Amino acid sequence: MEVTEQERLVAILKERYDDQVEKVETIQEFLTLTLKKENIADIIQYLYHHPETKFQFLTTLFAVHYPDLNQIAIVYQLHNLVSNQRLRLKVYLPIENPTIKTITTVFAGANWMERETYDFFGVNFEGHPDLRRILNVEDMIIFPLRKEYPLEDQTREDKSDKMFGR
Amino acid sequence: METSTSNIKTYTMAEKPEGYEGAGFFATSLDKVVGLARKNSIWPLPFATSCCGIEFMATMGAHYDLARFGSERLSFSPRQADLLMVMGTIAKKMGPILRQVYEQMAEPRWVLSVGACASSGGIFDTYSVLQGIDRIIPVDVYVPGCPPRPEQIIDGVMKIQHLVETESLRRRDSAEYKAMLNKYGIE
Repeated sequence: MEVTEQERLVAILKERYDDQVEKVETIQEFLTLTLKKENIADIIQYLYHHPETKFQFLTTLFAVHYPDLNQIAIVYQLHNLVSNQRLRLKVYLPIENPTIKTITTVFAGANWMERETYDFFGVNFEGHPDLRRILNVEDMIIFPLRKEYPLEDQTREDKSDKMFGR
Repeated sequence: METSTSNIKTYTMAEKPEGYEGAGFFATSLDKVVGLARKNSIWPLPFATSCCGIEFMATMGAHYDLARFGSERLSFSPRQADLLMVMGTIAKKMGPILRQVYEQMAEPRWVLSVGACASSGGIFDTYSVLQGIDRIIPVDVYVPGCPPRPEQIIDGVMKIQHLVETESLRRRDSAEYKAMLNKYGIE
């Protein structure tokens, strides 16, 4: 995306949601905006309908756990299929209560992505029609991609220190 | 080219068990007859989830040909199967399904665990993968390898054949066997 295009895009967003934008950066030519969590669904809706942005395709939605910051970032990647522009939106949530509004109201396809994010990070999407685990076993009690949980299966016995001298 | 008939070894479809033989009769124990029949007509149920399943396909193919061992008839219903062949990574979510398949099999039943993943979780030492199917169902023979070659799978099947042949007819009614199943919470 050209620099001027990026500037124009940020200007369009700031026209209406100036107070919501916390940070604007370009990571390897990929425009990344850090937003506050309150109006995220409205902002995505606005970018969907605005004649100049038309971000009408949700490439992906996922989360990143930052243990140092004690925060979970929700990352939305949007795509304008007409002008081939891409945009990344990041919203930081506190680890104690990661709650954010659902965007299934804008993209029906976000349904399973939000369920997956809930499954692995425990993010609560308010207003989601069916927020339950999608990939892991139903009776799992942890959110495995949070970094406080060990990756390895703790019940495995053949990798003990006794055998490998670690 | 000339062929000499003296070197030709005769192969039989199945080895005759020990017994008394005379003119027009052959006497042996029932155990041995049943063992012989079962050993050479094992119906496997392939539970193939990943690359070990691909090796199994080669095992069933013309080159290696498991049919030579009387196992050409795969049973895709557990109710008619004798041998459960678990080939591949079993995720924790798949665990109850595998267990249900095992429970639906009629006695006598055997289980062959093919490959590192089915036997121990293999390289997938992670929160989502079952660390060996012997945590949920009893296993008779383990085949190592990642994935094992068809020769190794055939070796595993031959070990199963040996178990089938030599198993006592009373084993499945024994207290030890029932206690072993109870340990897995089956029945």
